[in-house]
Amino acid sequence: MMEIRVEGLCKSYNGKPVLTGLTAVFRPGITCVSAPSGTGKTTLLRLLLGLERPDGGTLCGADCRWAAVFQEDRLLEQLPAGANLRFALGEVPGEAAALLARLGLELSDPEPLRTWSGGMKRRLALARALLAPWEALALDEPFTGLDGENRARCLALIRERAAGRPVVLATHDRTGLEDAPLVRLGRE
Amino acid sequence: MALAAAYPHGALLLASPIQAALRLLELLPSPAFWQAAGNSSARIFGGFLLSCALAVLLAALAAGRPRLRELLVPPVAVVKAVPVASFIILALVWLDARSLSLFISGLVVFPPVYLNVLEGLRQTDPKLLELARVYRIPLRRRLWGIYLPQVLPYFRSAASLALGLCWKAGAAAEVIGLPPGTVGERLYNAKIYLQTPDLFAWTAVILILSAAFERLFLAVVDGLAGRVGA
Repeated sequence: MMEIRVEGLCKSYNGKPVLTGLTAVFRPGITCVSAPSGTGKTTLLRLLLGLERPDGGTLCGADCRWAAVFQEDRLLEQLPAGANLRFALGEVPGEAAALLARLGLELSDPEPLRTWSGGMKRRLALARALLAPWEALALDEPFTGLDGENRARCLALIRERAAGRPVVLATHDRTGLEDAPLVRLGRE
Repeated sequence: MALAAAYPHGALLLASPIQAALRLLELLPSPAFWQAAGNSSARIFGGFLLSCALAVLLAALAAGRPRLRELLVPPVAVVKAVPVASFIILALVWLDARSLSLFISGLVVFPPVYLNVLEGLRQTDPKLLELARVYRIPLRRRLWGIYLPQVLPYFRSAASLALGLCWKAGAAAEVIGLPPGTVGERLYNAKIYLQTPDLFAWTAVILILSAAFERLFLAVVDGLAGRVGA
């Protein structure tokens, strides 16, 4: 069973410490990372994704194939949904239409994403991550801009896909995730 | 009226648009006309294309290499500031007259295309590049999805400017270098033999060719931009 271990992880920006000696284990299934704003959730995910190097400490098992939902959607707004999936994944997986439909989206929608609502784009960003071939998944506030119903749909899909693979989910709102292991950061 | 009376052969000084148009119509059926237009177009537009390719390549290399970027600052500044006539005379020492317009048109095209493409690349959204890294998106798809939509508007505006510049500089190079069978040579002859309607007709040819190549090239760029959604 794959797991990711961080030990004594430190990171600071311009001399201001953000993570100070964090030790945690991310096992298969969802692990929540909870912290007040600006106390290192995104930094931890960036370190796990290899987008930044830690100042100290070790990361074990993080050099695997990741998919991610970032704080921002990071979609190609000038293109429609299908082209966005093709850009990120190379081709549109066979299950894409069904997965998008479960999230209330239409794969064949020809409109560029700039005409979509914020919530629709957020769900597409999540769909893109779930459809990618990943060994570990990093989700940074994936439910931002979603109403209760859509949040529940997204969470159900994440739970399904998390079986046997670690999912690191950074959120300030743990509604529906009370049963998930929790890593607390910062002043919490 | 007074001017016409004072200069009964006014066409020597200033041909009317009708005289220029009639002369152009006379020139059109002649094979020599098409040969001159073809030779000049091939060299000037060839210089434009070669210079665009070099400028895009160097901008792509320099975007991620600050040392190369700094190394290219002085030559680009020199090419921007030194009068084209100086380069033409200098280039005549090294090159034969036939290659001159290709070299000179390429020279004036390089700075705007290089600088604009470099700026476009430097404005590329770093968040999308991070996404590409995490999702292991290969270079070909990154080019198509991230770089091209970002750079094409910059390249388009540079190419529009550069196409006008290269025809002006290329024709000037031909007038000074006098390669046989070119528009520049015809312009020079028109001036020497005081054939003002010819001078105006050949100037109109340059304007038409410049506008035609600009439209054609920008249509290709716009087609590409439409495909990548830029």
